[in-house]
Amino acid sequence: MIQESPMHQKPFLLAAEGLTRSFDGFKAINDLNFYLDEGELRTVIGPNGAGKTTFLDLITGRTKPDVGSLKWDDGKHDLLKMNEYEIYRLGIGRKFQTPTVYNDHTVTENLVLSLAGSRGIWHSLFGKITSQQKDRIAEILKIIKLSDSAYRKAGILAHGQKQWLEIGMLLAQEARLLLVDEPAAGMTDEETYRTGELLLSLAGKHTIIVIEHDMTFVRQISQGRKVTVLHQGHVLCEGPVDQVQSDERVIEVYLGRKSKAA
Amino acid sequence: MNKQPITSRVHLPILIATAIILLVVVPVLHRCGIISDFTLGNWGKYLCYGILAISIDLLWGYTGLLCLGQALFFTLGGYMMGMYLMRSIGGKAMPTFLSMRGFTEWPSFFLPFSSFPFAMLMMVVVPGLLALGFGFLAFRSRIKGVYFSILTQALTYGAALLFFRNEMLMGGNNGFTDFRTLLGFDLRDIGTKRSLYIATALLLIGVVALCKWLTGSRFGLIQRAIRDSENRVLFSGYATANYKLFVFVISAVIASFAGALFVPQVGIINPSEMDTSKSLEAVVWVALGGRGTIIGPVLGAISVNALKSWASSGATADFWPMILGGSFVLVVLFMPKGIVGLPAQIQGVLARLKKKKEEEEIPAISEKSPATDP
Repeated sequence: MIQESPMHQKPFLLAAEGLTRSFDGFKAINDLNFYLDEGELRTVIGPNGAGKTTFLDLITGRTKPDVGSLKWDDGKHDLLKMNEYEIYRLGIGRKFQTPTVYNDHTVTENLVLSLAGSRGIWHSLFGKITSQQKDRIAEILKIIKLSDSAYRKAGILAHGQKQWLEIGMLLAQEARLLLVDEPAAGMTDEETYRTGELLLSLAGKHTIIVIEHDMTFVRQISQGRKVTVLHQGHVLCEGPVDQVQSDERVIEVYLGRKSKAA
Repeated sequence: MNKQPITSRVHLPILIATAIILLVVVPVLHRCGIISDFTLGNWGKYLCYGILAISIDLLWGYTGLLCLGQALFFTLGGYMMGMYLMRSIGGKAMPTFLSMRGFTEWPSFFLPFSSFPFAMLMMVVVPGLLALGFGFLAFRSRIKGVYFSILTQALTYGAALLFFRNEMLMGGNNGFTDFRTLLGFDLRDIGTKRSLYIATALLLIGVVALCKWLTGSRFGLIQRAIRDSENRVLFSGYATANYKLFVFVISAVIASFAGALFVPQVGIINPSEMDTSKSLEAVVWVALGGRGTIIGPVLGAISVNALKSWASSGATADFWPMILGGSFVLVVLFMPKGIVGLPAQIQGVLARLKKKKEEEEIPAISEKSPATDP
């Protein structure tokens, strides 16, 4: 059931059509169609094994689909023909499910490595960090509330702080599309709420896809925005969170209230 | 809280003092006869090994690429120098390995090696191109970890087999020897030997400075990021393969220059230098000295080789491999940061002992007692 039609007025930032990816016969992603507008904050929910993380792997080039198409920026770029760092350079940044930061580097160094700009060897040897970039780093440190830990090694940060640092790395990159995989995992309620606030403050400036399990969190950040439910690698339904939560199929999938045979 | 880890703190005055000792004091003492020719020759060798160790550290310690074939690049540099030295022996007689095969003229590929600048160029080009080609294929196919190590070892083994063949016209298993002059200076002359030692010390200092700069730049940050989490680096937009290739080529060239300076000092180059055990031994120096520190591997190379020249003669000779292996195991188990990390480690232990003692002196009256710090 696809509610978006190809006759959509605005150009899509990201358009996935007919994506299928199977692992040893198991279809992690099955004929997936997904359209995203610029500036959207889209939440993707779904039970375990629904293919949420695999979907992000496909977008970021970590795996390639068996069939289907994946277009970026109104079809200007074919993501399937690009590798991880080329896709990144289009402005697609990813926060992994388990916080993935450089543990042996300081918080500042983590951000320096993520700053937008040349990724060449020459630049890494001779490029200087401009005062603008320094200001930007200070600003991001404030946003992610890590100013006090700027020169600490990222490895000794608390779990929640690492999650935030990784979001900060996406900000440093000035990504157009932020892919945020379970940002609230392992966080306290308070941290979760603050993460929600952070994401909301970024919405509009950036396009964001959030993958999440925690329904309180989903309610907080979606606020009437579109939520996509994935099930068995397929879009089950899309719509505002209230509508989605009262959808019979979603209840069935999540709660197993009715079996298919019944 | 801006506290840097002890191993990465640069003790610049100590480094400069060491440089002066190596570069000025040792040669002067030798001139005065306090240091013997034999000792000076040994130190020249140790410093060459130190440079080789740095090249491994750049790969292994900083980028996480354990290359088990670094002796290959070292030997290639040595062979390039050897070809020049063979050509500068002079006289009409062909070296045995050529006359034996019926050559009365030098094979064409030997001819340009009569020029020293050409030989120096080849010291860069031959190992550099080999590393570039091999690295390109390996890193493009994303060969990592132990598979990379095995491949580098196989490459070295293959090259050694090639160089052992007489048909290669590179001297077969005897290699090149009986050198006479370098740039017109008699190699048996003690002044030439001292100059070679000074050149080695200069190269070592230059390589240390280069690597300090390299690893201190943003490039160094990326290197260590690749070591710790290569996938994340890819997803931060860096073409990690290019970075690894760059490091691989640089370290091959560094190893090659070390080998080139090694050959005139020991007076011989043959394929046994490419032996698997040579590459492994060099990795042990790095681990012993402390990887990821640049200075550590040099200390490791010098101390192990000094110990070797002392222990591998006389009664302990048979036990040398056991001594080396044993010390490697001990370091891995008890000194994860190697020799360089030892002061910090001792400090840590002392601090812990002190804390324990203080805790014992104030028998748990109150856990919140502020008297722990008089």
